[in-house]
Amino acid sequence: MLAIWIIRIILIVVLTPIVGGLLAGFDRIISARVQGRKGPPLLQPFYDVLKLIKKENIEVNKTYKFYVYASLFFIILTAVIMLMGGDMLLAIFVLTLGAIFFAFGGYASQSPYSIIGAERELLQMMAYEPMVLITAAGLYMVSKSFFISDMISQAVPAIVYLPAVFVGFVYILTFKLRKSPFDLSLGHHAHQELVQGISTEYSGRELAIIEITHWYESIIALAFVYVFFATSNPISHVFAVLACLVVYFFEILVDNSTVRVKWQLALKSAWIVTGVVSVVNLMIVSFFKF
Amino acid sequence: MNLIAVLILFPLVVSIVTFLVRKENIRSAVVRIGAVGTLGLTVYTALQYFNDGLRISLGETEMIEIFILVVEVGLAAYIIRLGIQTKKYLISVFSLFQTALILWFEFTQKHGIEVETSIVFDKLSGVMVLIVGVIGSLICLYAVGYMKGYHEHHTEVKDRQSFFLGVLFLFLSAMFGLVLSNNLMWLYFCWEITTFCSFLLIGYTKTPEARNNSLLALIINVGGGVAFAIAIVMIGMNFETLELSTLIAMKPEALVLIPVFLLCVAALTKSAQLPFSAWLLGAMVAPTPSSALLHSATMVKAGVYLIIRLAPLLGETSVGRIITLVGSITFLACSLLAIAQRDAKKVLAYSTIANLGLIVMCASIGTQEAIWAAILLVIFHAVSKSLLFLSVGSIEHQLGNRNIENMNILMHVSRKLSIYLTIGIAGMFLAPFGMLISKWVAMKSFIDSNNVIIVIILAYGSAATLFYWGKWIGTLLSNGVGKTDGHHGVFSLDEEIPIFLQAAIVVISCLAFPLISKVAIVPYLSEAFGGQAMAPIGLGNQLIMVIMMAVLILMPLGYIPLSKNSKARVTPIYMAGENAGDNEHFIAATGVKRKSELSNWYLEVYLGGKRFTFWSNMTAITLLAIGVLLVIWGWAL
Amino acid sequence: MNYNTKSPWILHYDGSSCNGCDIEVLACLTPLYDVERFGVINTGNPRHADILLITGGVNDQNIPVVKQIYEQMAEPKVVVAVGICATSGGIFADCYNMVGGVENVLPVDVYVPGCAARPQAIIDGVVKALAVLDEKQNAMKK
Repeated sequence: MLAIWIIRIILIVVLTPIVGGLLAGFDRIISARVQGRKGPPLLQPFYDVLKLIKKENIEVNKTYKFYVYASLFFIILTAVIMLMGGDMLLAIFVLTLGAIFFAFGGYASQSPYSIIGAERELLQMMAYEPMVLITAAGLYMVSKSFFISDMISQAVPAIVYLPAVFVGFVYILTFKLRKSPFDLSLGHHAHQELVQGISTEYSGRELAIIEITHWYESIIALAFVYVFFATSNPISHVFAVLACLVVYFFEILVDNSTVRVKWQLALKSAWIVTGVVSVVNLMIVSFFKF
Repeated sequence: MNLIAVLILFPLVVSIVTFLVRKENIRSAVVRIGAVGTLGLTVYTALQYFNDGLRISLGETEMIEIFILVVEVGLAAYIIRLGIQTKKYLISVFSLFQTALILWFEFTQKHGIEVETSIVFDKLSGVMVLIVGVIGSLICLYAVGYMKGYHEHHTEVKDRQSFFLGVLFLFLSAMFGLVLSNNLMWLYFCWEITTFCSFLLIGYTKTPEARNNSLLALIINVGGGVAFAIAIVMIGMNFETLELSTLIAMKPEALVLIPVFLLCVAALTKSAQLPFSAWLLGAMVAPTPSSALLHSATMVKAGVYLIIRLAPLLGETSVGRIITLVGSITFLACSLLAIAQRDAKKVLAYSTIANLGLIVMCASIGTQEAIWAAILLVIFHAVSKSLLFLSVGSIEHQLGNRNIENMNILMHVSRKLSIYLTIGIAGMFLAPFGMLISKWVAMKSFIDSNNVIIVIILAYGSAATLFYWGKWIGTLLSNGVGKTDGHHGVFSLDEEIPIFLQAAIVVISCLAFPLISKVAIVPYLSEAFGGQAMAPIGLGNQLIMVIMMAVLILMPLGYIPLSKNSKARVTPIYMAGENAGDNEHFIAATGVKRKSELSNWYLEVYLGGKRFTFWSNMTAITLLAIGVLLVIWGWAL
Repeated sequence: MNYNTKSPWILHYDGSSCNGCDIEVLACLTPLYDVERFGVINTGNPRHADILLITGGVNDQNIPVVKQIYEQMAEPKVVVAVGICATSGGIFADCYNMVGGVENVLPVDVYVPGCAARPQAIIDGVVKALAVLDEKQNAMKK
């Protein structure tokens, strides 16, 4: 029993970044095609990371690298909790811890650009956090459990009861995936008014860690989407995977067709969307007492 | 019995002695002995009675009653005179009214009402006694060193340390009385004494601002006292009892709900909920130990303590719903307001009000899970907040101000203090620290009680909380170089020992939370609600939390030696131009060296002005007005 | 195997140029040339870059900047001088404040000729730089 658990955990830790990296490669190809380019090979993200790991070790001070490793640890822990079917709220809290460590790394870099990036990151967290918590609350209301393993073994998929919550979640997913228009703190695009945001002062191995952390985060974000669709019926899992892919494809399109917005709009729109969808949807669910 | 009496009277004796001794060395010794003594007594008492609890029925309480009456009348006389002197006639009116009411009740109506059990020491009182005793005595210990430094910096303030320290101990005594009394009259008496202590301490510096704020605190809390007095009279006349435990055991009928509503209003004033919160913000002018002790860790908890006690009567009732909403508005509004504050103590004050709001929400929901969360919140908030206040107090001595923006240089000034402060802040909002565990359970219990609006408000409030604490820690970690305002005090052992112990308690209490839950809270819930209560968080999750805590402790310890030995090439930070070499300045156009200045986000455009405060208060007032209507309606039907 | 040949990240620095070369550098990113095919990213941040691509010559004012940027890059790193100005100062060589080509300040690994340098030439220069990068990576291992 314990052995199976350990094997599952190891598989999650190893496979998640591989899938996440492939997704990132897929993302870059699609983005290139959208722009009428050929784009890099599918494995490009892995080449980047493998290159970065071998680079020289340079630093600006003694402390700032620590936060990247701390962040990675907690993000991996989140992935393990979520993919093992653990408690969703716990996973969200650990995820927040990982994300906030990353922001602290920005502060500790002391660079003006990374500090501005870190502040924007905190603002983004404030913008998306309510919706993440409400998503968990909504899923709990329909499945009577915070455990993801219970959520995905219901007879009816959660999306049926929580369509508006799902829309709200997809809205804030853009923050989590660091895509335009909500890539305020750092982005893969050539918005250069804050250089590379939090990651400005990181290079070599730490930058590779940041990339890998982001791969984990993408999968964690899509796991939320997955939970909306999966049921006790095995075939539903195929649909859930398809739904994840569709949502991700949609995010890529949004990413390529919008520009970075000001923080006011990011914060206000996220909070308003969250408020409207959660009040409407949860009220209805609670009225019918599922 | 004797032990309880000693517990209540010992701080009183220390208080009188401290007040009388004018020689600094002797006084310091007395305070230290008093603090350690209180600590020891608390722990001993808790060990004695914690498991089995204690219910004391005093046969002959005539003497105590007379003593209470005499003190109450004396206090009322003083307050009425003060109100007339300062032209705040409202205070006089409130005080006159409540005292007259109590005296009338005492002499004409009270015959035949027997109080069977006057003192109850159950698990909840035990937890409160431990908080008051342990944290209180640590703060008193801290006050010795702090006040010395305070008067070195603030030469304009008259040195009345004996008075200050004396009042702190008087307060401890009253607080013990408050949490142990089952007799509502005694509870009310202690309640008033704590109000008065708070008034004295806020006015300590005697500046016009301090004076005004202390009077504001007095008006609001005496107003709460009026509600309390009316509630007592109604309970006494309608149900022929003055026991809290008897009241709680009643059915939530309309006639019961009126006094319960009044008691809740009194609790809301004490816990500085909207619309009564202004006094707590004003109270921040007081020297830091009193802010830590009265205005965050213990006295303001008296309000929520009362609501937790009354929880079985709240729950699904209209009163319960209204109180929950008031608490939730307070939580959301104050969490947002804290974002706009630069003054560290103001941030702490707003966060205190917000968290008290959260506790009020949990307590008034009234389900087992919610009460579990409420009690844990009381514990963890007291522990973390007092650590934060004490650290900020010492930081103010080190930096010369308490503006959060200036704390980026704290790592250079005092590394220890910034670590303590970081632990305190992390304790307030990060997993796996206690506040977050409680919030987690709060969330679960809110959904279980089918309160959608409250769930959503909690989600928003938590996000705001994350933002203002996050940017504060970030500022600390940004590790800038700069100058202090000049007077760079010494971080004395008197200050450091209590701060260190508090920090240790924060960490240990998080590691030990499954134990706290098992030993104290679950048994209390089983007792209060009947049946076998369960900890709302499963064992597996508790384990994960403990592992996370361990990782958070071990990881930095493991990383420090690695980073010290790293042979990485150190390069200047990137400034998108030429870095002048010190990582602080860059070479601007025409070759001028300019400093890169950064400031945090305060969102003052949205949250800074008076408008936001005004509308939050209006919402809370409207809710309370609806509450009054509902109660009257329920009674009339 | 060294992956830096598969993922060359570029920092583009404009010294004293007429901006002709800069436009050509950006032209390399367009769909027509699409250098991202080779994994090239224009980073805009020295910490992330492997290749420092300099257009235009250096003058008294920007010498410390160029040096600092080079210092902030992690090894292995190469410098590509794009266009005739970066090579020798070009048309600006006789200006009162000019120092001349990039080689006066940094060790240049590849020179790309042209005024302005054509995108094909720039890509060719970058590919040549990759070989240098590879060598430097191998040297680091030893």
